[in-house]
Amino acid sequence: MNTINNANEVLVDCQNVWKIFGARAPTAIRAVEERGLSKKQILEEFDCVVGVANANLQVRRGEIFCIMGLSGSGKSTLVRLLNRLIEPSLGQITIKGKDIAKLNAAELRDMRARNIGMVFQSVALLPGRTVLENAAFGLEVRGVPRDERYKIARAALEKVGLADWMARYPSELSGGMQQRVGLARALAADPEIILMDEPFSALDPLIRRQLQDEFRQLTKSLGKSSVFITHDLEEAIRIGDRIAIMKDGVIVQVGTAEEIVTQPADDYVSEFVAGISRIHLVKAHSVMLPVAEFQTLQPHCDVEALLKTSPEADIGELIDLTMRSNRDAVAVVENGAMVGIVTTRGLLCGVAGTPARELVAA
Amino acid sequence: MNADLIRFSPGVYLAPAVDWLNANFHPFFDAVTKLIEAVLGGIEAVLLYPSPYVVILVAVLLAAFLINFRVAVITAVSLAFCLLAGLWTASMQTFALVTVAVFISVSIAFPLGILASRYKSLEAGLRPVLDIMQTVPPWVYLIPAVMIFSLGRVPAIIATIVYGIPPMLRLTTLAFNQVPKDLLELGQATGAPPRAILLKIEIPSATPTLLVGLNQCILLSLAMVVLAGLVGAGGLGAEVTRGLTRMEMGLGLRAGLAIVAIAILLDRLSKGALQGRGRGPTRATH
Repeated sequence: MNTINNANEVLVDCQNVWKIFGARAPTAIRAVEERGLSKKQILEEFDCVVGVANANLQVRRGEIFCIMGLSGSGKSTLVRLLNRLIEPSLGQITIKGKDIAKLNAAELRDMRARNIGMVFQSVALLPGRTVLENAAFGLEVRGVPRDERYKIARAALEKVGLADWMARYPSELSGGMQQRVGLARALAADPEIILMDEPFSALDPLIRRQLQDEFRQLTKSLGKSSVFITHDLEEAIRIGDRIAIMKDGVIVQVGTAEEIVTQPADDYVSEFVAGISRIHLVKAHSVMLPVAEFQTLQPHCDVEALLKTSPEADIGELIDLTMRSNRDAVAVVENGAMVGIVTTRGLLCGVAGTPARELVAA
Repeated sequence: MNADLIRFSPGVYLAPAVDWLNANFHPFFDAVTKLIEAVLGGIEAVLLYPSPYVVILVAVLLAAFLINFRVAVITAVSLAFCLLAGLWTASMQTFALVTVAVFISVSIAFPLGILASRYKSLEAGLRPVLDIMQTVPPWVYLIPAVMIFSLGRVPAIIATIVYGIPPMLRLTTLAFNQVPKDLLELGQATGAPPRAILLKIEIPSATPTLLVGLNQCILLSLAMVVLAGLVGAGGLGAEVTRGLTRMEMGLGLRAGLAIVAIAILLDRLSKGALQGRGRGPTRATH
C-alpha cells in the first residue's frame, strides 16, 4: 500500500466477475466454472439470465470511467456489483486493495460510507427533508454531529451551485437541480469513488450537457474517481477518460473515446460510433502522413513553410489551421521535431472515419 | 348416523383447550385482567375526575398547540356533542377502551407487519389467519374471551384487539412493500445501518399508508365497542345495547352519533399527532 499518491493506482479492480440471476443460478455458476458455457447455453440449460459475464475492468485514481450500454446490457448490474448492492456470482472485486466479498456487514457499511458514493438515475431524494437535510443524509447515518454535517453539506451544495436552495424541499426543485442535490449528497461524504448510475438520462438535452461539463470539471478538480453509467455514447465521450462498451452482459471494448471511435472492436461498436462526430475526437497523430511519404507525394512543397501544430490537435483545430494558411497541409511537430504532415485528404479521411494511409496508397 | 361420524366439530377440541387454559393459566389471565383494568381505570379516572369543561378545554388547547387549529375545532365540536347528548361518562369510557385496544393492536400488528413485508413466507402464513380473524363474526371469539376473562371490559378489549389487528397488519405490510426501491438502495449505498434505514427511510415513506391502517384500526375497534356492550364493558356500547333492548330510538341514535364523534376525534388526533405540524413536501416554504 505504498502507492497512495500514485496516479496510476488502481482503485477499483474487477477480475472475471459474473452475475447470474435465476432459481438455478448456483448450478449454472458451477457449469460456467467447469465447462465455460456461453450466455445462450446458460439460458437454455438452466433457465438463468446472465446479468454480467466475465467482466474485467480497472478504474485508476482520478479517472472517469464510463460504462456505456443499452438497456439490458448489464451496466446497472455491473455498477451495483462494485459496492456490493448485488453480490457477484463469481469473480473478485477489489476496492482500494480490499476484496469486498470478504467484508462483514459493518465493514461493508463503513466502506460504502467512506469510500464509495453513489448517485442514482431517479435521484432518490427523501421528500420530507429539505435540500440541506438530504445532502447531509450520508453523514447523518454515519453519526456525524448536526452542526458539523450541515457545515459539510452546505459546502457541498455550494460546489454544485445550490447555495440559495438549502431550505427548500426536493419537490420545489427542477430535475437538474434535484440531480445536483444527489451529487452534493455523494460529495458530502467525501468518497474517493463516485458511482454514477445514469444520473443525467432523465434530463433535457441542454441541462444534461451543462451538468456533464460541470460534473467532469468538479470531479477532476476534487481529484475523485468515478464510474459513470450511461446509455448515451456521446455522453460517455464527453465525460469519460476511458469508456467500456457493454452488450448482453459482456464488456465488448475498453478504451479512450478516440480508440473506440477510430478502432471499433466489432460490428456492434462500429454501428454505435457511426453517428458520432469525429471532429473533436480524432487527433493529428492518427491522420498524419510520415514526412518522407508526404515529400515523395508532393516533392515541390516546402515542409518548413507549413503551419505547425502538436500531435494532440484534433481535426477541428487542424481544419482551422488549414483554412488560415494558403497551403493544404499542416505540419505536426513534437518536441521540436517534425513527426508528420496532415493533408486535406487526411483530414477528410479522419472526418469520414477511414484510415488515411489506405486511401493514399490506392 | 354416518354423517354424524364424519361431521367436523372443532368446538369438541377447542372447548377442552379453553378449559385447560382456564384451569392451568388462571394466574396469568388474572394478571392480564388486572393490568388491563388498571390501565383502563387510570385513563378513565384522568378523563372523568375533572369537570367535563376542564377536559374539553385542555383537549382543545393541546390540539391547537400540538397539531393545528382545524383539529382543535374538531376536538371541541365532537367532545361538546358527547357532553350535550348526556353521554359524557359513557363516551369517556369508550374513549379509554378504544385507545387501549388500538394501542395494543398497533403494538402487535406494526412489528408483525414489518416482518411480513421482509419475509414472504411469514406473509403467506399470516394471510389465512388474518382472513379468519376478519371474517369470523366477532361474537364468536367473544365466547372464549368471556370464558377465560369472564364478563367485563377485558374480554371486550381482547375481542376488539383481535378485530383491530388485521387491517393494521395488512396495511403495514403494504406500506413497507411500497417503499420506493431506489430509496432503500440509497440507504444501503450510503452505508446506513438497518436501524437508520428503518427509521429515516422506510417509516417516513410508509407513513401515509400506515395512517390509513391506523384509521381502519380505530374505526373497526369502535365498531366492536357496540358488541363490547353485550359482554358488560359499559361505555357507549352499553347505551346502544340498552336502546336496542328497550326499543328507545332516541337513546340508540344519540349513542351511535357519539360513537361517530369519538371515531372522528380519535382519527384526527392520531393522524395529527403522528404527522406533526404539517411537515412534509407539500409545505410552503417561508
